[in-house]
Amino acid sequence: MKSAVIVFPGSNCERDIAVALEQVSGHKTFHAWHRDTDLPEVDVIAVPGGFSYGDYLRCGAMAANSPVMRVVKERAAKGVKVIGVCNGFQILTEAGLLPGALIRNQSLKYICKTVDLKVENTDSAFTRHYTPGQHIGIPVGHGEGNYVADEETLKRLEGEGRVAFRYTDADGVVNAAGNPNGATNNIAGIFNETRTVLGMMPHPERAFDPQHGNTDGRALFTSLLESLS
Amino acid sequence: MSHTPAKEPVVTAELAAEHGLKPDEYASMLESVGRTPTLTELGIYSVMWSEHCSYKSSRVWLKKLPTTAPWVICGPGENAGVIDIGDGQAAIFKMESHNHPSFIEPYQGAATGVGGILRDVFTMGARPVANLNALRFGEPANPKTRHLVAGVVAGIGGYGNCVGVPTVGGETNFHKAYNGNCLVNAMTVGVAQTDKIFYSKAAGVGKPVVYVGSKTGRDGIHGATMSSAEFTEDSEAKRPTVQVGDPFTEKLLIEACLELMATDAIVAIQDMGAAGLTSSSVEMAGKGGLGIDLDLDAVPQREAGMTPYEIMLSESQERMLMILEPGREEEAKRIFDKWELDFAVIGKLTDNGRMVIRMHGATWCDVELAPLFDKAPLYNRPTEPTPPQPEIAAADAPLKASARDTLLALMGTPDLASRRWIWEQYDSQVGADTMIGPGGDAALVRVHGTPKALAMTTDCTPRYCYADPVRGGAQAVAEAYRNIITVGALPLAITDNMNFGNPEKPRIMGQFAGCIEGMAEACRVLDFPVVSGNVSLYNETNGEGILPTPAIGGVGLLKDSTLAIGSGFKAEGDVVLLLGKTEGHVGQSLYLREVHGREEGAPPSVDLAAERRAGDLVRGLIEARNLTACHDLADGGLAVGLAEMALRGKKGITLTGLANADAGLLFGEDQGRYLVTAAAGDVAAVTDAAKAAGVPVTTLGTVGGTAITGLGGGALALADLRQVHEGWLPGYMAGDAA
Repeated sequence: MKSAVIVFPGSNCERDIAVALEQVSGHKTFHAWHRDTDLPEVDVIAVPGGFSYGDYLRCGAMAANSPVMRVVKERAAKGVKVIGVCNGFQILTEAGLLPGALIRNQSLKYICKTVDLKVENTDSAFTRHYTPGQHIGIPVGHGEGNYVADEETLKRLEGEGRVAFRYTDADGVVNAAGNPNGATNNIAGIFNETRTVLGMMPHPERAFDPQHGNTDGRALFTSLLESLS
Repeated sequence: MSHTPAKEPVVTAELAAEHGLKPDEYASMLESVGRTPTLTELGIYSVMWSEHCSYKSSRVWLKKLPTTAPWVICGPGENAGVIDIGDGQAAIFKMESHNHPSFIEPYQGAATGVGGILRDVFTMGARPVANLNALRFGEPANPKTRHLVAGVVAGIGGYGNCVGVPTVGGETNFHKAYNGNCLVNAMTVGVAQTDKIFYSKAAGVGKPVVYVGSKTGRDGIHGATMSSAEFTEDSEAKRPTVQVGDPFTEKLLIEACLELMATDAIVAIQDMGAAGLTSSSVEMAGKGGLGIDLDLDAVPQREAGMTPYEIMLSESQERMLMILEPGREEEAKRIFDKWELDFAVIGKLTDNGRMVIRMHGATWCDVELAPLFDKAPLYNRPTEPTPPQPEIAAADAPLKASARDTLLALMGTPDLASRRWIWEQYDSQVGADTMIGPGGDAALVRVHGTPKALAMTTDCTPRYCYADPVRGGAQAVAEAYRNIITVGALPLAITDNMNFGNPEKPRIMGQFAGCIEGMAEACRVLDFPVVSGNVSLYNETNGEGILPTPAIGGVGLLKDSTLAIGSGFKAEGDVVLLLGKTEGHVGQSLYLREVHGREEGAPPSVDLAAERRAGDLVRGLIEARNLTACHDLADGGLAVGLAEMALRGKKGITLTGLANADAGLLFGEDQGRYLVTAAAGDVAAVTDAAKAAGVPVTTLGTVGGTAITGLGGGALALADLRQVHEGWLPGYMAGDAA
């Protein structure tokens, strides 16, 4: 599995996700710069967390229009797997690779903690190593993670099994108490139509190593490895 | 050349006084300059000789602190302290205050405090790996407190989260002594290669002086002077002197500087912090014994029509000054272009020992540089010791309710309630190396790509320092030492942030001297030297001083991070033991304050030799993998410590022998104590080792269940305890009654 991570000015989780990709694959992850107009042949592209362009204008809005994103869109159209985490999710929605938008947390505060999640769909290159409905814990760290979309879009996402992860309470129940940011339908992560693009607010790379105290994110990377090798 | 440019007013004694220079200081300046200074020269002198930049009241005392050890690479005097952590790596760290700006404009004040301390660390070549903080606010009932907490926390998070450095620890207290003057102390820890450490001492006549980072605006002019005076009612009017931070630019600056530092193009580098371009240029040239010529027309400016005075005194954020090797300018500029940051050659080093500033074809400053740097006033101010306070017997402060109910109530008081509402607003995990984040005793962050981890903590108990500065100073250092021990690390060095009132008052200066004495003794006995620090004086409003607050930031090394243990109960059946001596000291305890309404008595004594024995014992036990959890005892004493371990581990405990315990045993704040847990099979090894080390050991009970049982008054369910402990701060911030 060969991978690339996209680095924008203000990205700050590119090393973290590269470490996870490199550890499962044994291949060095290519670091692409926002001005790059080409990428090496890779199997998976990671759009990392952080504050691309300082979150100025709107989270992800400027990054979505950077030169490198044109290449990412071309590759995604060819079926290359793309994962956007946190700011990466925001960028993918701004770039039109995923529907909907991430707006300010309902609390109006940044929130960093491990949230409970339900794995909604394991039929994807990203989630096949989870079990359907599995209850996992993954850290979030964001101020704008409140997922919104129009009714038509939500209907399609739900109907087509494109919700990847949903926030739950500590007992694994999807409810308001377990929703850290006010996301519609407790949506924490979604797929595109072909389930080759995944956007998620939680950071699987922060729950990867036993020294993180939690390895619930590891299956996402091993899923990719198995799918792509 | 004109020394009185037409556009600048003529300098008078009155104008000097407005700049904060005392009459004798102005006289000394006139003597150094040898003529009436220009306004620009007056501005430069006033900030360089301010308390903030010159440490004129504290220097004589700071010298008493131990600053060396075989592992210390660079002690105080540089941008930050540097210690060796093995394998050719160094930890670089410092703590710094941003108290006055944060009180005036909490979000930006706190945010730029974080930005400033980050620059102090990466300017030396280190990648910042962790931020911590130490915060003190007024009493909850004070109408301003909620606003300050909200703004300061949002500001720390807003800056730290964006630059991508995890905020992993800190401490927060509430006390009425901070009603008019909150404290915001920010600490950064970074990691560098020992052969790639950068210093601020300039060298090489003719070498270019280079400005990088943000453009210079009119913000923050006279911030250093503001920080060197007491507050009055009209401090609100000083809002324009607070700088505005841009963490995005800081992130770019970190990456650009580290990229350039990977080459050998930099001779010296210094961030533009307090007093901006003035202090950075004076310090760099001064340390090198050189002169400096600056051409202010070349300084990137954000606003039109800025005067030399404004440019020299601006505290615009995210700027650095460096001396480059000649001929390397283009290479350096390419890096800063890539990161879309300004880059300008603004002058050169000279051999005439003078600071010369030119702009618009005129000379605005031409003074000898050395007096700015080394002839700053030095005061040995009179001190008045704090009178000794009486020891208070536990029998004089009996329990007023059952032990169970007392513990439950205490766990929901402002100084003991959970700080989760605060630290969940900080990204504590970016970097994916955080092993133990906020809410533990010490934070633990892996040294990326190595088996090592750095332990770090911030500590101080100001009410102890107020009652007995010597004991309080020693206790602050000892608590930092203990916290680092609890995760298994070896305590290596500290940074200090000395927050005090008006040093011109002998009582305040006596507090300062006393705290230094206690700290120095603790540093010596614990082999825990001071490698960097910051002094913040004049923390007074309308004549009321804060509690003396020497905040200590401690750093330790855990060579094998797989040894690390946490402070929550780990497994059912583990045995809980108390290490260290308990005398039942209730003077200055939170119990005495919260239950009896008495802020009285002598604080607990600090037996440093015993502290050292207990610390070595615990570290040895962790190294031998005999322990499963460890927690130091501090605020609230034994019962609170047990409750914290239970809540953190989500497991209860059955206690034996404490059903009739008195307040002293349960809530006394005796020092030098640890709560540890061990698997049943390891208990003998623990007690044997404790006996061999001469450390008292007591078995307290067994981990299990969902309640704390065995206290007088019946079982205390963890669910109830958690609700009270977690409920206070969110409720308060939501506007519930204080």
